[in-house]
Amino acid sequence: MSGTPPPAIRAVDLYKSWGDVHALIGVSFEVPTGTVLGLLGPNGAGKTTAVRILTTLLKPDRGTAEVLGLDVTREPMRTRASIGLAGQYAALDENLTARENLRLVGRLTHLPPARILRQADSLLERFALADASDRLVRTFSGGMRRRLDVAAALVHEPPVLFLDEPTTGLDIEGRTELWAFIEELVGAGTTLLLTTQYLEEADRLADRIVVIDHGRVIAEGTASELKAHLGATVIEVAFDDHEHARRAAAELGGVGELTLDGKAVRVNVVDGAPAMLETVRILDAEHLEPRTMALREPTLDDVFLELTGHAAEADREEVSP
Amino acid sequence: MSAPAATLAPPSPTVTRLARPHVVGDALTIAWRNLLNIRRNPQLLVFATIQPVIFVLMFRYVFGGAIHVTGVSYVDYLMPGIFVQTVVFGSLTTGVGLAEDLQKGLVDRFRSLPMARSAVLVGRTLADLVRNVFVVILMCVVGLAVGWRPGGSLPEIVAGVGLVLGFAYSLSWLFAIVGLSARDSETAQAASFPILAPLVFASSAFVPISSMPGWLQVFANHQPVSAIVNAVRALTLGGAAASQVFAALAWIVGIVAICAPIAVSRYRRAV
Ligand SMILES: Nc1ncnc2c1ncn2[C@@H]1O[C@H](COP(=O)(O)OP(=O)(O)O)[C@@H](O)[C@H]1O
Ligand SMILES: [Mg+2]
Repeated sequence: MSGTPPPAIRAVDLYKSWGDVHALIGVSFEVPTGTVLGLLGPNGAGKTTAVRILTTLLKPDRGTAEVLGLDVTREPMRTRASIGLAGQYAALDENLTARENLRLVGRLTHLPPARILRQADSLLERFALADASDRLVRTFSGGMRRRLDVAAALVHEPPVLFLDEPTTGLDIEGRTELWAFIEELVGAGTTLLLTTQYLEEADRLADRIVVIDHGRVIAEGTASELKAHLGATVIEVAFDDHEHARRAAAELGGVGELTLDGKAVRVNVVDGAPAMLETVRILDAEHLEPRTMALREPTLDDVFLELTGHAAEADREEVSP
Repeated sequence: MSAPAATLAPPSPTVTRLARPHVVGDALTIAWRNLLNIRRNPQLLVFATIQPVIFVLMFRYVFGGAIHVTGVSYVDYLMPGIFVQTVVFGSLTTGVGLAEDLQKGLVDRFRSLPMARSAVLVGRTLADLVRNVFVVILMCVVGLAVGWRPGGSLPEIVAGVGLVLGFAYSLSWLFAIVGLSARDSETAQAASFPILAPLVFASSAFVPISSMPGWLQVFANHQPVSAIVNAVRALTLGGAAASQVFAALAWIVGIVAICAPIAVSRYRRAV
């Protein structure tokens, strides 16, 4: 191959179905070397299926998947030598210590023994697990497991890394901590494909975002492009009944781009504070008393409402107040 | 603790050469991992042996008085059956363990690594074989303590134990298929029992087949547990054993030859 180097990861028109469950319906995207792609979508969108195909665990029904210019279905062994995978659930041996888990991966990737030990120590240090190196994983907290799982994907220093929902199930603290480790990694030049249900996460870690829903790519761009499309801030006003919500929606059209969702009205605005003031004035003048009123960052739900007209069927814990 | 993979050369650049030399090293690495698991969960080993010890005591002292086998003492007749029964029931842990690895996503990690495809299965069956060596030694001690007095020579007895272990190894491959086809470890366990129970109880393990109804005799005479028990019994009692040993070996080789390729291909496709 000559000319420009191939992208580190390339998915071309991937299809995958189980019976009449269509997990992927023609998904394509590229991840240039050294960049981070956030694959953003709700539960069941097809994120894991795409990752499993790209990491040689699953054969697509149609389409091609390439990593570093290699067709992953034709050359699975060579692909595996250059990828690291941390799946959606931490894949660790509970009855091994943290260090033994890393050594296990090191041996199975055929590193020289001295390098395995060095790598294990430096990863344990980097992921703040040095104190727990010789503890059995079954005694680990969720956050520790996640960090060790990501560390295990890095033992053989793969140039291309896949992280499938790395922070799902973690508390805020664990999430922020893991983000810092991932940012450090990316700074070192690793190409990363990250899947997530959180716009905030994709925003923080990814250079580009591909939004998928029901097996299709529905939007793609940088975080700021997606947000510009949405408005930088969301004002959410909830009422006790549909009637009040409808009346408010009729009045608030001038404030920003507006969606009516049941008893709630959402307004996407560019400048939050003045828009909030204006909203309050209008509601007050119309004697419309909301139950709750909030100013917040756009979430995956907002992206979805905007793009598809239906709410994301994602975990709602982050979304509802 | 030694590092089995450590003695191997670093991976060479091409695909075929990359995969080949690691078949043994990768299997030993996985065996190391599984043996560590057994060592970290000694209670599993204890439970695996308590049940057969209870069987020895029960058959020896409770049913033993009622079961008469012409020509030999019942405990000498019984012990080969107990050996085989123990490892047969033990072999389902191969499948249960694999189902657990699948369920926990460990198999996904292994399949994403540039390791030999057979290694996860070969490594686990080897680790289970090592475990069985311990279990069988313990059973020998218990047997000797309750009056088992094998009449065969030491080489014959060792050959008998070897057949028991070989049979256990072959069944590990059968239950690997069950484990890889099950959704979770509980299902693997539940699916294994209906395969095991008739094989073990409708066999020559505990009572002479001639004491069974005719239709059952047909099954009991033509199934692997009886074949292995007969061979081990002939070896440990002393006397002519060649034809039984040959039949037992044929079963062992046959089961591995059929089940291992199926298990490996299941592993490759497992989701
Ligand atoms: N092995 C499978 N068998 C049948 N259906 C599956 C299988 N794996 C995934 N699916 C289905 O495919 C769809 C996409 O799943 P997945 O890729 O896991 O989504 P995500 O990771 O975005 O939550 C879902 O409807 C899921 O139920
Ligand atoms: Mg998923």
